[in-house]
Amino acid sequence: MTDLRYVSPRTLDEAVSAFAAAGSAARILAGGTDLLVQMRSGAVKPGVIVDIKKIGEMTAIEETADGGFRIGAAVPGAVLSEHPRFGKVWPGVLEAINLIGSKQVQGRASAGGNLCNASPAGDSVPAMIAAGAVATVQGPNGRRELPVEKVPTGPGRTNLLPGEILVSFTLPARPPGSSDAYLRMIPRTEMDIAVVGCGVGLTLKDGVCKDARVGLGAVAPTALLVEDAARALIGSRLDDAALNAAASACSAACRPIDDKRGTIAYRTKIAGVLLKRTALIAAERAKGN
Amino acid sequence: MAKLHVSTTINGEPMEFLCEPNDTMLDALRGPLALTGSKEGCASGDCGACSITLDDRLVCSCLMLAAEAEGHDIRTIEGMADGDKLHPLQRKFLEMAALQCGICTSGMLVASDALLRKNPRPSEEEVRFWLAGNLCRCTGYDKIVRAVLETAAEMREAAQ
Repeated sequence: MTDLRYVSPRTLDEAVSAFAAAGSAARILAGGTDLLVQMRSGAVKPGVIVDIKKIGEMTAIEETADGGFRIGAAVPGAVLSEHPRFGKVWPGVLEAINLIGSKQVQGRASAGGNLCNASPAGDSVPAMIAAGAVATVQGPNGRRELPVEKVPTGPGRTNLLPGEILVSFTLPARPPGSSDAYLRMIPRTEMDIAVVGCGVGLTLKDGVCKDARVGLGAVAPTALLVEDAARALIGSRLDDAALNAAASACSAACRPIDDKRGTIAYRTKIAGVLLKRTALIAAERAKGN
Repeated sequence: MAKLHVSTTINGEPMEFLCEPNDTMLDALRGPLALTGSKEGCASGDCGACSITLDDRLVCSCLMLAAEAEGHDIRTIEGMADGDKLHPLQRKFLEMAALQCGICTSGMLVASDALLRKNPRPSEEEVRFWLAGNLCRCTGYDKIVRAVLETAAEMREAAQ
């Protein structure tokens, strides 16, 4: 016997009501790949679990009227990878999401859960930041939007207000010459947590970088938008001088911890190394677009 | 609080069971449903011994609430053989001794089946990456990977 309640509403309004009414004892269930582990370890003891997967908007992938994408917060990585166009427009976002866990985990885990779990090392978050993705959240006071980089506030903490639920991500339309990439450093080839993660989205015209965004993960209490790195890339032909300047900006933005996965010095250096590699991959992809 | 009543489909058969809200699908399979082929290794989604498919998608049953099965289609290792006739993967695992203690085997088989349904012609690298979420602590992975590749070849031949 347990005093836990499980609800699986069909509408967002019902979900918000149930979630808000239960206060801090409530947890949202999307793929459950973090929540069930946390429950099992005793780290969280929810009074109510609100399963959001019966809500159409939460599991939908839509192309927006202006040519962008709206991805429901509970869309699993495996489902997103099967979308006919998403991975062509946003290969970096997709590769970041698909790096999370095993095939089994991919069958359930979502970018929405990755963001709300608010691990500094979540792989999808720096890529979403680099993509300029906007999070739509809904709560008792209605709907609002905020850039992905504004959602996490620290390990396990977010800017979502009591009763608010992440609904979807909106990714903008891409001008010609655009692409993105995500790389993470781990000491093995698979199934590990990022020591550093780096996402770069950029637009090239005649070989010149017209627009860029850089996201970094696992080097600060939250994933970071590194505007100084983007500024170093914009206007350049991604030559060594520009890449070195952007790499230095990434290293300067780092406020990492020392732990078993990497030291402060190592993470700080690798952030710059990854920026260079990631930017060049994104640029190579952009040439074909 | 009352138990939850769940109606679902397991290995093609309509099933109903009762569960606590915090029971995992693995708890339900191994408890009220008495389908003990799915194993609990880590209970945290790392080992894959509890692999099942949910609407044809490979998942860890330890990372899914039993209540979530409502209205969905679940497949487990028990549904893999056709009566007494083993699935080609099961037969090949036996022939090639791709198991030792057996704890990982049902998860390996369910995961390999999910791979071959999606990709009948996987490379060795694709098999190894696909099975990265299934841990074996006895045989190492070589025999398992070779058995999957041989089964894939055999199934392709049989399909011609």
